[in-house]
Amino acid sequence: MEVNDELVDKIAALAKLEFKGEEKEAIKGDMQRILNFIDKLGEVDTEGVEPLVYMTDETLKLRADEVDQEISQDEALRNAPDKDSDYFKVPKVLKK
Amino acid sequence: MYTSFEQVKREIENGKTVEDITRNYLETIKEKESLNAFLEVFDQDAIEQAKKVDEKLKNNTAGKLAGMVIGLKDNICYKGHAVSASSKILENFESLYSATVVERLLEEDAVIIGRLNCDEFAMGSSNEHSAYGAVKNPHDQNRVPGGSSGGSAAAVAAGLCLATLGSDTGGSIRQPASFCGVVGLKPTYGRVSRWGLIAYGSSLDQIGPLTNTVEDSALILEVIAGSDQKDSTASTKKTDAYSTASKFEGKVKIAVIKETFETDGLDPEIKKNLEERIESLKEQGHTVDYVSLDILDKLVPTYYVLSNAEASSNLSRYDGMRYGYRSERAEDLESTYVKSRTEGFGTEVKRRIMLGTFVLSAGYYDAYYSKAQKVRRIIREKTDEMLRDYDFILSPTTPKTAFEFGANDNDPVSMYLEDIFTVHSNLAGTPAISIPAGFHSNGMPYGLQIMAGSFEEKKLLGFARTLTE
Repeated sequence: MEVNDELVDKIAALAKLEFKGEEKEAIKGDMQRILNFIDKLGEVDTEGVEPLVYMTDETLKLRADEVDQEISQDEALRNAPDKDSDYFKVPKVLKK
Repeated sequence: MYTSFEQVKREIENGKTVEDITRNYLETIKEKESLNAFLEVFDQDAIEQAKKVDEKLKNNTAGKLAGMVIGLKDNICYKGHAVSASSKILENFESLYSATVVERLLEEDAVIIGRLNCDEFAMGSSNEHSAYGAVKNPHDQNRVPGGSSGGSAAAVAAGLCLATLGSDTGGSIRQPASFCGVVGLKPTYGRVSRWGLIAYGSSLDQIGPLTNTVEDSALILEVIAGSDQKDSTASTKKTDAYSTASKFEGKVKIAVIKETFETDGLDPEIKKNLEERIESLKEQGHTVDYVSLDILDKLVPTYYVLSNAEASSNLSRYDGMRYGYRSERAEDLESTYVKSRTEGFGTEVKRRIMLGTFVLSAGYYDAYYSKAQKVRRIIREKTDEMLRDYDFILSPTTPKTAFEFGANDNDPVSMYLEDIFTVHSNLAGTPAISIPAGFHSNGMPYGLQIMAGSFEEKKLLGFARTLTE
């Protein structure tokens, strides 16, 4: 499988990342090397094998859905990059 | 410098206060600042906590960790304290709650002394991927301490605190423990709650202790293990009194994976040490057999597909909206996401998000992600089968000793191969421990890894004690 500019752009768009110039060349080379490496998995015969998705054999138990106010509004806003007294502030989403 | 909790407790009996002990550590941390092990020292809080513990000791109401001074890897949350996962994207982030493990340590009167440097978002095997500079190996400052819990391992090795917590997704506790000459335990998947651990690979991550001795490791596990309402993946299986795991009296059956010896780049001295260890175990009457795991060379590729896929999903939450870094160039929704993430994440993290996004993307999902999950099932079944026939699987923790800074800069794959022996237990979900095995002629320590069946920590720790004494 060959990693080209088009693939890098497509994956970067999905991952919400941006690669330009030297960085793009570097990620292209790295992805190619890593892909060649993980392509080894093709050598394993997995005919009839189910994917392993959950690591526990236990039935996961749900806890009671009780309201528990652990964090205040003030605390929730504490780590915001931008805020006013009540809300998170974000750059304008809709253009005129 | 204290080398065991036993020693600390004796000092306390002889009149030393927990405050004295804490102040001693704070001084040592300052003296050895050049190691860059701590990102932040909680000096005021630690001293206050120490005073409280001293008060409790006077009243005979102190918990079982009274006198133990512990550092936290910088991906474990502690209420009211910064936590950054060694990333720029979480610079200045303050946790609003404590991880379950932190609450349990504090309930037993441990002193939390600070947060420890690691690879960004726990992604790396050398600590060179921290946004705050690499940690240096206390045995040789030109060499890496291992990773990703490099600060946690270096701090114990250099006597900056008695014990630390790390997290292990593919070897991130055991590999640095091996590189720094300390004990590192990755418990069974689900044995320890991950509430408050910054997520990397959710089907692989476990929190565990790094310590000087197996006994200290067992005691900390005993405190932090067990079910948790806040983490549905934490097992409800009964925990054992790990700290009473006594030395192993009986004879055990040990498997050594044949292909271990055929691993590219396995250091001849490390190989010889393992062979000698096997001989001596046989002489003591234990059974040691060489068994085949023909897919050993597929472990690392499987691990990288799955861990990166999970990482790309887990790290999608860093969007520059409600917390974390936001780019100054953010002008609208899309650029807030893209610029904040591109500027906030480091190279290795971006590399892994890209690969993870790729293996999950339409058209490649079956060929890579689903394929790796199938290979993982084969790996787990073969491992479980081996651990039904044998008590333990023995291997080196790492193929080599700690390397010099920059040694793997040009090829991420060669860095990934450092994890060949450790990813096994993360993929299989089994517990594994790295104990110091000896010193190489280059002056660096290296570890021996023992793996046991799932939830057999007590047996594992008992045998590890036998091997270290």
